[in-house]
Amino acid sequence: MQLATQFIALENVLVVRLEGELDHHSAAHLKMEWQEQMQKNNSKHVVLNLENLQFMDSSGLGVVLGRYKEVQQIGGEMVVCSISNAVKRLFDLSGLFKIVRLEENEAFALLTLGVAS
Amino acid sequence: MNNSMQLQFKSVSTNEGFARVAVAAFVSQIDPTMDEITEIKTVVSEAVTNAIIHGYEEDPNQTVYIECEINDNQLSIVIEDHGVGIDNIDLAKEPLYTSKPELERSGMGFTIMENFMNKVDIHSIKGKGTTVRMVKDFQKSKSYCN
Repeated sequence: MQLATQFIALENVLVVRLEGELDHHSAAHLKMEWQEQMQKNNSKHVVLNLENLQFMDSSGLGVVLGRYKEVQQIGGEMVVCSISNAVKRLFDLSGLFKIVRLEENEAFALLTLGVAS
Repeated sequence: MNNSMQLQFKSVSTNEGFARVAVAAFVSQIDPTMDEITEIKTVVSEAVTNAIIHGYEEDPNQTVYIECEINDNQLSIVIEDHGVGIDNIDLAKEPLYTSKPELERSGMGFTIMENFMNKVDIHSIKGKGTTVRMVKDFQKSKSYCN
């Protein structure tokens, strides 16, 4: 299974929805698309919705970490939501929750960034 | 139960998905839990990705080898490449360390393997290749009615 992506710009927030499998194979393309969308929409913050992500490994962590660094540079915040226990374990292991905020769902994550959906 | 299988495939990234699904299908005969399947898929993905990116430096014309063996409720997986080898294994195993920071790697591969498996051994010879051998014990009997 491949990775399908959906990007939605709401005010200064880019919502990134991932569906399928995020590994080394899909990581490079995701990085490119994600960067393009951030620029095109002039986004400052990111809400990463992983509700429909079936698989992720350390290559996925690398992409998230890379985008976090870019968001941080422009004074933005990254919020992740709707993650499975398996993905949560990877985030825990890598210490990603120290820098990326976790919220239960997309609507609530948006609300914390000042966007009513 | 005793069983074994061997796989070999080209060192291209599309085969990362193939490898983890193939190994997961082989393991399904010992009736693993969903969590155990996810762990197996993840460690296979990590080791195969390492072979492709680091071992073969993304040369698509090389071969990655996988051997799996089930002995009763123990699974062993051996993932091998004939690539460049690892300079310093202790350093490579450190969480967040990566020899290729320019590629946006998280440096978590070996940490994940060590967390998800009971045993991980790495053998590497410079210029000859790397072999990662992992062992996992599965729960003996799963009772669904008490």
